[in-house]
This record gives sequence, C-alpha cells and structure tokens, in this order.
Amino acid sequence: MSAPDTARAAPSAAASADEAVLSVKDLRKEFVSKRGRARVKAVDGVSFDLRRGEILGLVGESGCGKTTTGKLIMRLIEPSAGSIVVDGMDTADLGRDEDFAYRRRVQMIFQDPYASMNPHFKIKDVLEEPLLIHGIGSTRAERMKLVERAMEMVKMTPASEYLDRHPHMLSGGQRQRIATARTLILNPLIIVADEPVSMIDLSTRAEILHLMKSIQAQMGLSFVYITHDISTARFFADRIAVMYLGRIVEIGSQDEVIDHPVHPYTRALIEAVCEPESGRVDTIRKLEITGEIPSASDIPSGCRFRTRCLYATEECATLPEPELKDIGGGHMHACRRWKEI
Amino acid sequence: MSEIRSDAAPVLRVRGLKLHYFTSKGVVRALDGLDFDLMRGQTLGLVGESGCGKTTTGAALLGMPSPPGRIVAGSILLDGRELVGMSERELRREVRWSGISMVFQGAMNCLTPVYTVRALMAETWREHRGESGAPAGKTPGRGEASAELEALMRKYVKLVGLPETALDRYPHELSGGMKQRVVIAMALFLEPELVIMDEPTTALDVIVQAQILNLIKSLKKDLGLSYIFITHDLATEAEIADRIMVMYAGKMAELGSNEEIFGGAGTVRGKGRSDSRSESPSGPLRGPLHPYTQKLLASTPRLKKRVSELAFIPGSPPDLISPPPGCRFEPRCPYAKGKCRASEPPVRDVGGGHLVACWKAVEDPEYERS
Repeated sequence: MSAPDTARAAPSAAASADEAVLSVKDLRKEFVSKRGRARVKAVDGVSFDLRRGEILGLVGESGCGKTTTGKLIMRLIEPSAGSIVVDGMDTADLGRDEDFAYRRRVQMIFQDPYASMNPHFKIKDVLEEPLLIHGIGSTRAERMKLVERAMEMVKMTPASEYLDRHPHMLSGGQRQRIATARTLILNPLIIVADEPVSMIDLSTRAEILHLMKSIQAQMGLSFVYITHDISTARFFADRIAVMYLGRIVEIGSQDEVIDHPVHPYTRALIEAVCEPESGRVDTIRKLEITGEIPSASDIPSGCRFRTRCLYATEECATLPEPELKDIGGGHMHACRRWKEI
Repeated sequence: MSEIRSDAAPVLRVRGLKLHYFTSKGVVRALDGLDFDLMRGQTLGLVGESGCGKTTTGAALLGMPSPPGRIVAGSILLDGRELVGMSERELRREVRWSGISMVFQGAMNCLTPVYTVRALMAETWREHRGESGAPAGKTPGRGEASAELEALMRKYVKLVGLPETALDRYPHELSGGMKQRVVIAMALFLEPELVIMDEPTTALDVIVQAQILNLIKSLKKDLGLSYIFITHDLATEAEIADRIMVMYAGKMAELGSNEEIFGGAGTVRGKGRSDSRSESPSGPLRGPLHPYTQKLLASTPRLKKRVSELAFIPGSPPDLISPPPGCRFEPRCPYAKGKCRASEPPVRDVGGGHLVACWKAVEDPEYERS
C-alpha cells in the first residue's frame, strides 16, 4: 500500500470528465437536544456529485450546514438519512477494515492549524503519525523518506530545517502547509478542506491556495472546499454549491453561479461582498434580503428562504419545497419564481 | 513633517507616537514613530498584516497599551488636548468613552453573560461618568436606571437598529449581528467624538457584515462621528474609509484617500505607475504607490472579476526587536535596491496629502543609481 497509486495520480482527461468520485444523495443530519425538546436539522437533504479532479466549493453562512456536511463525508458523525458513495462504494456498508481504508482515502484539512497539531510533537512526528497508524513503511528510514517527499510537495524545503521544530515555531501559513502534507502523505482520493485559509494572514492566503491548487492538479485530487468566503471560492473552486439552512439552493460552475446567479439568496450573498474598489464610502448598500437566518430547529414551510426573500409570495409558503432544477450546463437552483425576478 | 492639507482643524492629531513592549527578550518597537491627522466627520482606515501595529495604535489612543507596553514618545491631541501623560483617572473620566471609545475585536463575544444589556450599559456609564446611573436610593446595576441614563440607552439602542426591548435581553438571547449592534451602542451612548472600531465585522457573516457596515456609515452621517476603522481587509476599507493608512511593521507605509489607494474607475494598477504620476501629480487615478500596498491589494480576492492568479507576499514581517536598518519592507520587496537596505525612507507627501514612505515611489535619484 505504500507505493503511490500512479493510475489514480494521473487520470486521463477523457475518462475522468464526468465520473463522480463522491456522490452524496439526500443527506440528512438531525441533532436532538438532550431532553428531546429541539430537533435541529443541520443538514436537510443535500445531494451533489464531486467529480474526479474537481474542486467543489461549499459556500454559506454560519449555521447553513456546510461543516456538518464535511463531517458527514469524513464519517466523523453518522448521517440520519441519505447516502455517501465514494468511488462506487456506499459508506453505510463499510466493515471495520474498509472503514479504516476509507479514512485513509478521505482526508481533512482543518480550519485552525494551531489546534490541529499536537504541540508536543515535532514536525517529523506530526507527519509520521498517519504512516504509523496506517502501517505504511516498515522502517523509520523508509517513513522519513515519505515524510521528506511530502514536505517537498508543500515546498517546505529543505525538509531538514523544519523536521525537528515544534508546531509553535512555524508561522500560520507554514503550519497549514504541514497540515496539507499530513493529508498528502496518505495519498488520498478526496480532501475535505474546512476553511483552510480563514485564519491565515491575507498576504499569505493566496500562497496557500495556489499551493493546494497546484498539488490538486498534479495529483488529480478531488477537493471539497468548505468556506464562508465566496471570493476565495471563486478563485479556488471549479464549481460552487451555495447552502442555506441545511440545503443546497444553487450549484453550478463558479462563473455561472457568480456572474449569473439565479437564486435570490445567492444574489444577496454576492451583493453583500465588499470589493477593493473606491467610490462607495458615502452610499448605503441596498441589500436584497431581510432579517436574519431562522433557527435550524424551526425551518419555514415551503421554500426555506421565503422568510427573508423580497420576492416571496403566498405560493412559496404553501407549495412544497422547490427541488434543484437544471437550467442548462449543470447550473441548478431551487427557486420557483426565478423567471419573474 | 508632512502635513495633511485641510483648512478644518483635525479632531485627532498624532505626532511621533512610539509605543514599545518591554519584553524579556528585548524591546519590541511595535509603534515606531507614527504621524497622522483625522479630520472631523471622517473615517481613517488602518490596514496591514497581523502584528503591524493597528490594534496597538487603537490601544495607544485610549492610553491603555497592554502590558508590558508603554508609550515612550510622541503626542496625541484630541481636539487640541494632549492625552499623552494624562493620569489614569483623568483618562477614565474625561477621555475614554466620552471622548474616544472603542469597539474591540471580538467584543460581541465578551459581553458578560449574566448581565442584561441595560445592566451592561449602566456599568459603562458608572465607570466613565462616575455616577451610579441608578435612581436615587437604589443600588446600581440591577436593571434600574436614572431617567437621564434610561433615555440615553433607549435612544442609542434604537439608533443601532434594535428594539427597546433589547435592553432587557441577555447576550445569549441575541444573534451575532444583534450583539455587535449592542457593542456599537455601548461605544456611542456616552457621545464620544471619535470611535475606534477594531475589526468590527470580521467575525460576522457576509450579509450581517454588510448590514453592520451600513449601520456604521449611517451613524457617521447622522451623528457626525469620526472613526478609526481597523481591519486587515482592504476590501472593507474600500467600502468604509475616507482615507486609508497602510501600516507595516510599526510604521506608516502609505496614507492616501480612498481614490488614491484604490484608484478611480479604469485605473491600471501596478505597471506604468511612475509615468502616470508625473503627468498629474495630484490626479485622483493613481492607485497605491508603495509596493507593499500594491502587493496587499493584488492579494485581495475579488468576487466579481475572475482572476487566475492571486498575488501573495513571500516571507513574513521583520522581528521588531531588531528591525532591518533600512526600509522595513526591504527584505520582502521586489523592487529593493542598495539604497533601501542602507537607509530608511522618510514619509513624503507626493501631492495632495498622499503620503508614502518608499524610495522608489518618490523617485529618489540615489535609489535609481543604487
């Protein structure tokens, strides 16, 4: 298992074009409060495909269920309903050994590079640990070779300069590189990155995103990029899925979703973003959205966005929730009134 | 010294401000000579990477540097009154909150959970007015307030867009956006002239962020407030600040108007800068002059324009215990030459109050030759 899987590392473009490496269907996760008083529907019917070699941005505000979706894909929590199929295998049917193998192939990069590393470990220990857990490399020397190679991939060279340091001796950006190396060392199929750059200074944020993107392209990795920041998603992702209150309301290529948004929520989200351009200091922005996000324990009937939507009608409340509809080229949205607004 | 040209008197004038942290490892020169003016009714944006001295500047203005920090030199004039050297008592009673108030970073998450909004505001009143704020004969802080205080609290809670009933709420009953509104009301209700906002929108969701920025703008207009707005995000400064001061390693790198920093419509950024500069020395379409500002702007992601390349700044800011002898940005600057290593560039006015500290930007002849 220690040899790199070369067939996967360089997928041919034709074969990989539409193949889903991860397929999520009607995924649901309900959290029940201690006394059973509140049922919080954190994820409430999420479906999407992640294609081989693709970066899918999962974008939304806090409480929209994006992180819960990531945790479900990681199998850190059990779904209440729905299925997650990775590389043709349903995760519900995994036995113990298969589960172990699954965790090797689906890896995660966490938001906080300060908190996701053992402070007592040296960098070489941080990177060796996954190899030990998965029984890769029979000798220390062999494992150290893999460690050094992973460090080269994230451009932490010469590796010898960093191997004996502790995490606190690195900058935030360097730490996030090590976190990336820690996932790469297991030669994964899918990486779930939950806000990987939101704690990193703006000046180095782009550096980390560039690095992840080039590694992703080189290795043909598939990424789920979870973020609240639609601007970095535009730069980093191939496709964007916008989530609201536990559901995807719009999904499509990043150009389609951002340049031609259809769902009123996506439109409001885009309108709210500040751009580094002058001329707005004295104007109050018009925001095409009202109020605040409702509680996930009390989701509105019909279209869940209707309580904040400026275009909602009686029908939006009474008719069943609109499903995602394709309006061409895989650009899908869940708004009944999109043609009128 | 470069003066900002304006006929109006500034509400705040800072000169030669130095704040150093006296640590066991040595003296950290966190603020190392800062000069700027803030005009009444204007917003000055402070922007830069973490550790550049933005928040330290805010703390210095309130006369409360966090230990082991100390203001070692300089002057801070608020409406002509010197704040450096004032006693702690004077600062608390006469400056903090009634003259300058601050919305601290993350303050919305630090509201005492066992106090209602009314009790929290009454406490602020007690601290800075020296009056209990309670009706005669009552113990202070138990949800009852004198008529004057009550009226003020109601007025400001409404001004920040909350219902009066919010006064009876506990912090956990409020959403993030509402808590931030409470914090803003608390910063405003003692009617200061200057409000320092430290990353007031960073922890909020985009839509709430836009709502809070709208609120901050409309309060500025309605109450004639002056702001210092601290953030690491240039896009937010573009939205809110009349003038922007870019800080690097405890010093000013550049200070210009919103148009000077972000350029007008149709400005070409980066290349060809020095040519357009000689044509119109005070023209509004220049864009940033300091290489650090240029890089910072290029690394700010844009939503509405697709970019395939985002710039970044390799390396990290210098150690402020022993900063480089020349320009502090020199080790990371793509245009660095011999002159930059040898001597520190002074702040120069390149026209119309646009200040920049860079040998290249001012077309120093020795820089060109070095």
